[in-house]
Amino acid sequence: MSDFEPIILKKIPDYHNIEIYMKHGGYSSLKKALKMKPEEIIEEVKKSGLRGRGGACFPAGMKWSFMPQKTDKPKYLCCNGDESEPASFKDREIFEKNPHQFIEGTLIACWAMGIKTAYVYIRGEYYPWIVMLQKAIDDAYSKGFIGKNILGSGYSTDIYIHRGAGAYICGEETALLNSIEGKRGMPRFKPPFPANYGLWGCPTTINNIETLANIPPIIEKGGEWFSKIGEPKHPGSLLYGLSGHINKPGIYELPSGTLLTDLIYKYGGGVKDNKAIKMIIPGGSSMPPLRGDEIDGLRMDNEHLKSVNSYIGTGGIVVMNEDTDIVKVIKRITKFYYHESCGQCTPCREGCGWMLKILDRIDKGMGRPEDIDLLKDVANNIEGNTICAFGDAAAWPVKWAIKKFIADFEKKVSESVELPVTNKVHSLRLAVQE
Amino acid sequence: MEIKFTEENLKKLEEAKSHYPTNDAALMSALWLAQYQFGWLSNDVMKYVGDLLNIPYEHVLGVAEFYTMYNKKPVGKHHLQVCTNVSCMLCGGYDVVDYISNKLDIGVGETTPDGKFTLIEAECLGSCGTAPMMQINDYYEENLTKDKIDEILEKLSKS
Repeated sequence: MSDFEPIILKKIPDYHNIEIYMKHGGYSSLKKALKMKPEEIIEEVKKSGLRGRGGACFPAGMKWSFMPQKTDKPKYLCCNGDESEPASFKDREIFEKNPHQFIEGTLIACWAMGIKTAYVYIRGEYYPWIVMLQKAIDDAYSKGFIGKNILGSGYSTDIYIHRGAGAYICGEETALLNSIEGKRGMPRFKPPFPANYGLWGCPTTINNIETLANIPPIIEKGGEWFSKIGEPKHPGSLLYGLSGHINKPGIYELPSGTLLTDLIYKYGGGVKDNKAIKMIIPGGSSMPPLRGDEIDGLRMDNEHLKSVNSYIGTGGIVVMNEDTDIVKVIKRITKFYYHESCGQCTPCREGCGWMLKILDRIDKGMGRPEDIDLLKDVANNIEGNTICAFGDAAAWPVKWAIKKFIADFEKKVSESVELPVTNKVHSLRLAVQE
Repeated sequence: MEIKFTEENLKKLEEAKSHYPTNDAALMSALWLAQYQFGWLSNDVMKYVGDLLNIPYEHVLGVAEFYTMYNKKPVGKHHLQVCTNVSCMLCGGYDVVDYISNKLDIGVGETTPDGKFTLIEAECLGSCGTAPMMQINDYYEENLTKDKIDEILEKLSKS
């Protein structure tokens, strides 16, 4: 298998246990960090080049530096473990296998930004993992790593878990803030940005669970060490999730920039029944899909994926074999967005429903020839016209699937139209134009 | 039945309130406690929770309606929530729904006459590497096969 030494999902038995974690040097980064100045820590994180692991890939050190140093208001850290993007299942591995590294990272982040309260937002469905993390937090409290006067430094921080209740949109950072405040999880307008006006109007930073879990090794070994792992513009390891038609699905921690073909064939054991690949979603259902013939030599990091008009997202890879019905898949994904739209912005609330209706009639063989253009039109009018990125997330799969798999859509539409030519959609479209 | 939190739940609610600077923020925790104690969130339960936290009923209703996991109508003792999102769909999530539906003779969204099982289709539950899967109340059952489903339902029907 891989010679890569995992940074987060270490292969040490019972590493979730605080005693085992401490035996292997756990919480020593916290001790080191408490002796450093907060600005030195932020500088180290900046130097590491660590980018947020929640999908937007925003530089973590820069995000931390946005927090005002001098303020009368309390400051907050929100750890985003909502993880509701279809095909993402990485954070639960951290809660299960290495919760203390995440807790340690959270504490270091709190110290670096002068934060006294951190909330870990976890999706409501992850009840067993909430129990696991709560146990780890309790253990860390009893050892004096969390709470008052941490390790005699005079610094105090509390960490609380906030359980969600089944809403994808709460993974959006400002929706998450509203959800913690006990409101409906509707995204807020930006600006004001959370660093100035977040939870209860106070300065707030929101980081992904995986991002925070990367902090202790960065403090221990230095930002420079981290910046040399994997792809220089998007350094570190990524928790790639493999699912769909794959022999060995699961989470694989590998350096950023790992070849997609290596992930599928070397680590994932190849496609089920040795079939060819038709479509791949590279980073969770919102990311523009790729065709099977686009993946040769493609490296999995944000920079390389941009070159094929997609993004790394959360690193959740879905493999679909040659027999997959693309229209059905896109319809299912759109149904998800229709269900999860918070309903605040008209283009998203109405548009997702319209896209679903159109896709449904195409799928059922009742599509009209103009439906493909209509679908593109609706998707284009959602994209960029909403408060949060949810609109883009709903529009991209539809828009790019049509672009990359137009034949699949046309075939389904043309089946329902009676014309004595082969390419009925094309002929009809020309007829309309003339 | 009088709607009132148990002493233990009242204590848990106080604990939750201590985590936040406002009472409003403890609403989601309070609704969870209510759902565990009363099974589902009726209007009366929501009014009770609102009174406890000094939050208008309309706000409580808005929050309860927004989040899918809060049950706004009664559900069976075992709430079978089968994921049919993309990864599970590719691995037979819909077959699981059909199989359970036929076996229990209920449609999606329905409850068996004895009140034991409710079947629903769920959105991605973050278990894509172990698809197909379902959530039963608070726990996950993963890598489902027909035999495994038979075994699970058999066990649950006796409990």
